[in-house]
Amino acid sequence: MEFGLNESQEILRDSARSFFAGECPMSEVRRLMETDTAYDPALWRKLSEQGYTGIIFGEEYGGVGLGKVELILLMEEAGRALLPGPFFSTVVFGGSLIDAVATTEQKRKYLAPICRGEARAAVAILEGTASWDLKDIRMVGAGGRLSGKKLFVPDAAVADWILVLAHNGVFLVEKGAPGLTISAMDTMDLTRKLYAVQFHDTPAERLADLAAAMPAIDVATAALVAEMVGGMQRTLDMTVEYAKTRKQFGKTIGTFQAVQHQCADMYLETESSRSAAYYAAWTLQENMPDAAAAVSIAKSYASDAGRTVGNRGIQIHGGMGFTWENDLHLYYRRAKASETTFGDATFHRERLARLAIDTASIAGMTV
Amino acid sequence: MDLNLTREETAFRDELRAWLAGNVPKDWSSWREKPLAESFPYLRAWQRNLHEGGWVAVSWPKEYGGRGATLMQQAIFWEEMARVEAPPMANALGLGLIGPTIIAYGTQAQKKRFIPKILSAEEIWCQGFSEPNAGSDLASLQMEARLDGDHYVVNGQKVWTSYGWVGDWCELVVRTDQEAAKHKGLTVLLVDMKSRGVEVRPLRQMTGESEFNELFFRDVRVPAENVLGKVNDGWNVAVSTLMYERGSYGARLHLIFKRNIDRLIQIARVTPRDGSTAAGNPLIRQKLAQYFAEIEIMRLNQLRAFSHITATGVPGPEGSIQKIFWSELNQRVQQLAQEIMGPYGQLLATDPHAIDKGAWSYGYLRTRGNTIEAGTSEVQRNIIGHFVLGLPRSY
Repeated sequence: MEFGLNESQEILRDSARSFFAGECPMSEVRRLMETDTAYDPALWRKLSEQGYTGIIFGEEYGGVGLGKVELILLMEEAGRALLPGPFFSTVVFGGSLIDAVATTEQKRKYLAPICRGEARAAVAILEGTASWDLKDIRMVGAGGRLSGKKLFVPDAAVADWILVLAHNGVFLVEKGAPGLTISAMDTMDLTRKLYAVQFHDTPAERLADLAAAMPAIDVATAALVAEMVGGMQRTLDMTVEYAKTRKQFGKTIGTFQAVQHQCADMYLETESSRSAAYYAAWTLQENMPDAAAAVSIAKSYASDAGRTVGNRGIQIHGGMGFTWENDLHLYYRRAKASETTFGDATFHRERLARLAIDTASIAGMTV
Repeated sequence: MDLNLTREETAFRDELRAWLAGNVPKDWSSWREKPLAESFPYLRAWQRNLHEGGWVAVSWPKEYGGRGATLMQQAIFWEEMARVEAPPMANALGLGLIGPTIIAYGTQAQKKRFIPKILSAEEIWCQGFSEPNAGSDLASLQMEARLDGDHYVVNGQKVWTSYGWVGDWCELVVRTDQEAAKHKGLTVLLVDMKSRGVEVRPLRQMTGESEFNELFFRDVRVPAENVLGKVNDGWNVAVSTLMYERGSYGARLHLIFKRNIDRLIQIARVTPRDGSTAAGNPLIRQKLAQYFAEIEIMRLNQLRAFSHITATGVPGPEGSIQKIFWSELNQRVQQLAQEIMGPYGQLLATDPHAIDKGAWSYGYLRTRGNTIEAGTSEVQRNIIGHFVLGLPRSY
């Protein structure tokens, strides 16, 4: 039993960290967040050259064939760097979804170009109700066509394919298809753009039953938690650094226990989220029976922790933390968006309750 | 990263399971509610039996009577012990804290003298650290030891001494140099509790029990050969004991916590509330799920810490969060139990209406101590701030 990283995993993490530090510094994040799509073809090419766009996919499709643990290590570093653009939508979610539900032929057509860095994908789930419960999806594909509206679709404007979760299956819609309208939504997180996507009698290829999407959602959720952990770690690092240098009353503010204890709590919350994310990835990799519970444990805990770590970080930075110039709010915005993506803490606690509370044996129980 | 058991770990677990299956006493449940003073001979006998089976102090090196178990095997050991609801061992401090400190700092003669009887529960150990004016600021302790020939003469008071009432020997921290800086003038003595001048008084705690004692030392003569480690290096020896205290305990707690939340879930599912059950009440349901998640995360944090120590040889920063994590979580779980049980939550063990023989009213009160004992939450946060995050000392 061993719950640490092996040497090749450490190498992957370290090289990802230096890659993002070099290719995606905060100046670049700020430049991209001011663009319409936060997508940069040059950065995308570099991500692909690193093999990141095919990291968990089979070598027969041009992927690298690594596991879920490696994926979350990469995502943790992407989160630390606040990587803008459609990497999450395309590789982590879109790619995983195609990988989970598509036929070999469809994978050659759709997954291989993603691995090669030639195509991008987005996944549309939410409708007007904004419910993450798949049972609440009303959109229906009929006669190879989709009509209706999806909301909160990340990176739809730069996607070659939009994967649509409909009531009666998973569908794929090509960029520029007839009746497809994509319009930006104005949201808090400037680095991951969301869109409203309207279908009007739009041609759509049915890939699979809706239920087949669930494993990919769990993988994407665990990876999102890892990305959140990266953001928490960066927030903690910035805050500790600030507490060591900022002086008031003739002392660095990190001397004060009111400050120090908040930093300790940020550390506790960050490390605990990391433990939960790593474990969720491992259970998914090994198809363990508790994988779904592990994902909900990770997402429920990290959804709250991501917000509180950000709250504490801004508070300790004082007025500086409230400025546009300081990077903290960029992480804080991402944390808020990620908190609700795939369901917030309340949603996942309820899912966990169904898995762990409603199934507990009460045979012969009296109080 | 591979959380499956290795072949060696599986073999270790299976051997332990087989032994436990044939040896765990069946009547522990009828003893566990009794005062410790009554059940103590029972626990001594259980430890002796475990020792004869080779299952006491599995983490210790083989030459000292242990099994040289890895940290992961230790985690397996405590999980298995909890799984079969095995009774605790009588000499908990001797095995968990003081024995390892003697192995690390003791002379050959001390190891030979003390270690075997710690293992067999022949000699029970207590820990004389805190004083009325030295709690969190342990290094400011005042109990005085003056060298007189080949003996130290000890005067002063200790408080919150666990197992003081039953202790045969005590790991005692005393001040041997009044002039030195406070951390520099301390020495650890191994003291025979039957020595003339030692008085043990019970300290009644808010639960009504007396787990702890006050010790009064009046001109107690302790042979100089009973110094553990070097004279005036007692702070390092004591800190080493505290590290064992904070490091290893979390591993034993996980399954106890797991059993508590599982039991609480059962109770919530059969407790009527608002036309449904307590488990159907959205707020209670959310809290149950939250603590269920946190208890799992506590296990994961511990495993990561163990892997870090195994890989690097030093305790990782993950370990420092365990004490805060389990103690504060335990309080939240007990508070939730109170919310679920309503008026029943206040019933004591003696009341015939009490749920689970009053375990929840006891737990509610007892867990207030969790964030105080073995280093307060405030001290733990200071440790993380300074030693883990590198912030300036705050005190």
